[in-house]
Amino acid sequence: MLSCKESTHLISESHDRTLAITEKLSLGMHLLICSGCRHYHEQIVFLEQACDQYKAKLNGDRDPS
Amino acid sequence: MTAPDQLASFRPDLLRFAQLQLRDDGLAEDVVQETFIAALAGIQDFAGRAALKTWTFSILRNKIIDAMRMRDRTINVSALAVEEDEFEEIFDALFKANGHWLPGHQPGGWADPEATLEQQQFWTIFDACLNHLPANTGRVFMMREFLDLDIEEICAELKISTNNCYVILHRARHGLRGCLERTWFGAGEGSC
Repeated sequence: MLSCKESTHLISESHDRTLAITEKLSLGMHLLICSGCRHYHEQIVFLEQACDQYKAKLNGDRDPS
Repeated sequence: MTAPDQLASFRPDLLRFAQLQLRDDGLAEDVVQETFIAALAGIQDFAGRAALKTWTFSILRNKIIDAMRMRDRTINVSALAVEEDEFEEIFDALFKANGHWLPGHQPGGWADPEATLEQQQFWTIFDACLNHLPANTGRVFMMREFLDLDIEEICAELKISTNNCYVILHRARHGLRGCLERTWFGAGEGSC
């Protein structure tokens, strides 16, 4: 069984590489039973969104003119 | 508005972007200047200001990568090791011996993150949190998230191992998450 500590690593790595099937399964199971790590996962996803949006703001992708 | 005027209007955003990546105001200024020179030399007809800005930013991105390559040490590898040790100590303190969250440190939910992205004040905080990351950890994170380099490219540039790269990015994300929680979202309810 994955520990929470290990889960946080996998959650981060899932944004940098494709997780192996066994890793996806382990992480998925852990997230089912651990609300703390579920929140952590959501928050890392949010970080990615925020980075994308911040980049877009600076790049003027949403420039109205 | 003439093309040079439009380019000039982009200056604050270009400079901000360069400063975030390079953490060196002087170098950021130089890079923005080089970007203007290249943009003026190669400027074409743009249908809208937005397209010109995107194109200018792509020039800037390449100039930043070139600047990183030319510096003696983009990433201070021994400083990275110090940042890593400091992080490990703080990180380990969040977990029990068996690797599960300690009751007081278990992440709670954040209230309405979607709505947050619409708030101007949030972006000021976000920017501050990005800058608050330890310098070398932050640079790696910027390469990944803002320069859109993939892991292989980052490892090749910095001559670090893939695994080291993953660990640094985990550290950066964890740090950023923590900063946002402290400064914006507030500590959530930790419940098992």
